[in-house]
Amino acid sequence: MFRRRKRAEAEIPSASMADIAFELMIFFLVATTFDVDTGIGLVLPPAAETTEQVKVKQSDIAKLLVNAAGEVLLDGELITVQQIRELIKNKIKANPKLIVSIKTDRETNYSRYIEVLDELKLAYNDLREEYSLKTFGKSYKDLTRDQQEEVKKEIPIRISIAEPEEVK
Amino acid sequence: MKFQKKFGQTKPRVPTASLPDIIFMMLLFFMVTTTIKVFDVKVRYILPEAAAIEKIENKRLISYIWVGKDGRIQIDDNIVQLDDIIDIMYRKRQENPNVIVSLRIDRDSKMGIVIDIQQRLRKADALRINYSTLQKL
Repeated sequence: MFRRRKRAEAEIPSASMADIAFELMIFFLVATTFDVDTGIGLVLPPAAETTEQVKVKQSDIAKLLVNAAGEVLLDGELITVQQIRELIKNKIKANPKLIVSIKTDRETNYSRYIEVLDELKLAYNDLREEYSLKTFGKSYKDLTRDQQEEVKKEIPIRISIAEPEEVK
Repeated sequence: MKFQKKFGQTKPRVPTASLPDIIFMMLLFFMVTTTIKVFDVKVRYILPEAAAIEKIENKRLISYIWVGKDGRIQIDDNIVQLDDIIDIMYRKRQENPNVIVSLRIDRDSKMGIVIDIQQRLRKADALRINYSTLQKL
């Protein structure tokens, strides 16, 4: 008579497991910030004391001066920021060994400096684009990695930061 | 009567038993790939804008220097003095010779402080730098 009633097997309901996992995943998706660092890359020259001075011909240097008022002088001539791109491009075409030397005043605005640097980079990018269209018949961004390296080697970015006069 | 259908008695169902496992695997992927390395930025800054910008491919190489509106300098989680930069960056370079220093400098800063920082980076031999900028549209 007192037969034990057969119990149903204990089970954790797992139907909502997927929902829980989904919720966790949504949290991570939202919380993840893929903040990719973007900017203008540059390589500084080594410290002045450690390296010997390399002599460069005056004709191979384009001097770009940004003064305290934000005015840009290219080899002593006053130009606008928008002009830099074309002028530098022509100069590099005329002399592929050209080094662009940037010098700023201590009072120059940082954003103005970035603008100038940006124009320079744009000029180099244009040249690389032209080169890759000419040799590979494709846009620079459509090239393979090796080809891009080749273009980079062919048109290196030669931007030099001039030795500042006074340092705190 | 003889040719009764064998199948079709039970409703066809997509097995959902392994669904949680799939989701968990995706979850694990996200957890592993997420690099939670948030710095407590103590300076206020607005980055300048530029058009010809590039992405830094390897995030692990980057070390940041912030310069705020008020000219304070922050490295990692500390506000530092100008002359501390040499030691700090030198140590960083020993740990990681290919370090890229990302300069997050306020757009209204003067070049004076930028030049000073760059001179110290040169002394510390941390030569690869990157001026952090926003994309100009």
